[in-house]
Amino acid sequence: MNKNHPLMQLTLVRFREFIREPEALFWVFIFPILLAAGLGIAFRNRPPEVLQIAVVGEQLAAPLRSEKLLDVQQLSETAAEAALRNGKVALLAEPGANGTVVYRFDDTNPEGRTARMLADRALQRAAGRQDPVGSTDELMREPGTRYIDFLIPGLLGMNLMGSAIWGMGFAIVDARRKKLIKRLVATPMPRQYYLLSFVLSRLLLLVVEVGVVLGFGALVFHVPVHGSIGGLVVLCVLSSMCFCALGLLIASRAQTIEAASGLMNAVMLPMWICSGVFFSAQRFPSVMQPVIKALPLTAVIDALRASMLQGATLAELMPQVAILCGWLVICFGLALKLFRWR
Amino acid sequence: MPPTAAKAALRVHQLRKTYKDVVAVDGLELEVRPAECFGLLGPNGAGKTTTIEICEGLTAPDSGEVEVLGLQWGTDAAALRQRLGIQLQETQLSEKLTVLETVELFRSFFQQGPEALEVIGLVQLEEKAKSRVGSLSGGQKQRLALACALVGSPDFLFLDEPTTGLDPQARRQLWELIEQFKLAGRTILLTTHYMDEAERLCDRVAIMDHGKVIALGTPRELIASVCADHLVEFSAGAKAHPLDLAPLSAIEGIREIHQENGSVSMQVTELHRAVPALLAELGRQSVALTELRTHSATLEDVFVTLTGRHLRDE
Repeated sequence: MNKNHPLMQLTLVRFREFIREPEALFWVFIFPILLAAGLGIAFRNRPPEVLQIAVVGEQLAAPLRSEKLLDVQQLSETAAEAALRNGKVALLAEPGANGTVVYRFDDTNPEGRTARMLADRALQRAAGRQDPVGSTDELMREPGTRYIDFLIPGLLGMNLMGSAIWGMGFAIVDARRKKLIKRLVATPMPRQYYLLSFVLSRLLLLVVEVGVVLGFGALVFHVPVHGSIGGLVVLCVLSSMCFCALGLLIASRAQTIEAASGLMNAVMLPMWICSGVFFSAQRFPSVMQPVIKALPLTAVIDALRASMLQGATLAELMPQVAILCGWLVICFGLALKLFRWR
Repeated sequence: MPPTAAKAALRVHQLRKTYKDVVAVDGLELEVRPAECFGLLGPNGAGKTTTIEICEGLTAPDSGEVEVLGLQWGTDAAALRQRLGIQLQETQLSEKLTVLETVELFRSFFQQGPEALEVIGLVQLEEKAKSRVGSLSGGQKQRLALACALVGSPDFLFLDEPTTGLDPQARRQLWELIEQFKLAGRTILLTTHYMDEAERLCDRVAIMDHGKVIALGTPRELIASVCADHLVEFSAGAKAHPLDLAPLSAIEGIREIHQENGSVSMQVTELHRAVPALLAELGRQSVALTELRTHSATLEDVFVTLTGRHLRDE
């Protein structure tokens, strides 16, 4: 397109205003990475914990030492009791009458119960017990099922929403407050170009935004992208457009930054909480589920997770895509009707 | 319609606009001739901005007709926008853009007009072309706003209070620029509440008050129609020993005597006769003179005479 085309000039202005605002750069690009890094570290996978137990007498201690998940300390009776009472050990095993074993532990403490089962199994097997049913353990520590894998699509969705709504809302209300919209309307500028320039600049920034979050997830935490890249691009573009329309609707009449931020927070807060950014939206009561499912951010995050983690195709994500298209059309239509051009 | 009406650059007929319970424009009649600089002068709240914004097609009137360059907003808006240059009263251009970027943006909306750098030269901002708008002074921002109004090489320029809030030097600089555009043959409609601005720039002036035109003519005509050539203002006497004004009105060349807050103002035709006679009368009554000023009559005096109020009272 010609550099002097009005749409090109308006889009350039949007872009320049954005990159000359250091705070905006921080919130859009740096903040999601810091958040993902922080949460990724906090919820990183640890090796299975080894439980501490106290044992009285070498006869019991020897077979228990063969269990890798138990750290066996052989102590005198009084020392063992003290250790149990202070919580230094989860279980005390001591010989009972007639060759039996006595386990002492707090049954309300999951560690105590686990330690008892592990200790008892080790002792019974050492004494020659055969398990009648054979079993194999399959360990779930593959990329794609960890918390960070759940989190990255959530953060991506949250970021798409925040940058679109804030980007549209603040820029439009600020321009209206400064009478800049009125000044532009006094020129022959086609009005649709003004709104379109926001959408175009958003699409340009989207490439960077999505790239930063996904690239960070892939490089640092090996978060997988099982679905097709094309499908993911379509989802991101559709989501961003949907939130742009919502942002436009929020900004369509507001005259002050204060009024606009109040509206934006009121719209986004329920979605931050309910739409499953940090934990599954399924945790909310089932009466709320139809409402939560209809929220645009829920649709975005569900679709991103299904695509990235389970490799769902666009065809399988039709319900979510339909919800997003619905929001896009309704918000955009309303915003055009309500928009205050002065 | 008189035959001149067809040639008018702007014709306003029976214009009316009400905001809630305030009548902003009340049956206004105006006609601006091609290539003239026409001034709307009046205090704040007189309806100047509402009038100019209706003419600019930004505000819809409640009733009345507006014809700009022979075209009407209802039917020819797109063509009109290409031919008008508009400066609004309180636009804040984006502070993060440079002067050049701002002018290029506005230039892109017009089909024809000079290059962005040429317009920046016209308003003498060449040295600031690459500076951010946020770093400009008030006068420079106002000149940039003027550049944005000129990018489409307009036939008709609307300027709403172009020098309000500027220091005297910046105002004079802007006046020189506006005078150049007058010489280039452009029609200009400007609003102001500075009488000196209207006297210096405008070929004709309409004085507005309460949404109506209360006087119309060249600045000289207006002054001549309601005032004598000079005004004499003085304070004299004390509460204990007040001045008797009656003998003053008998002096030749003194007309219309107003007394306000202990100071007296008189319209005077011949200063060199009236002042000595005034001093002699004060001597005769042995009243002390504490203050004496004389000045040539201005549009401000016209406004005071017509309304009994000062332009910047409100």
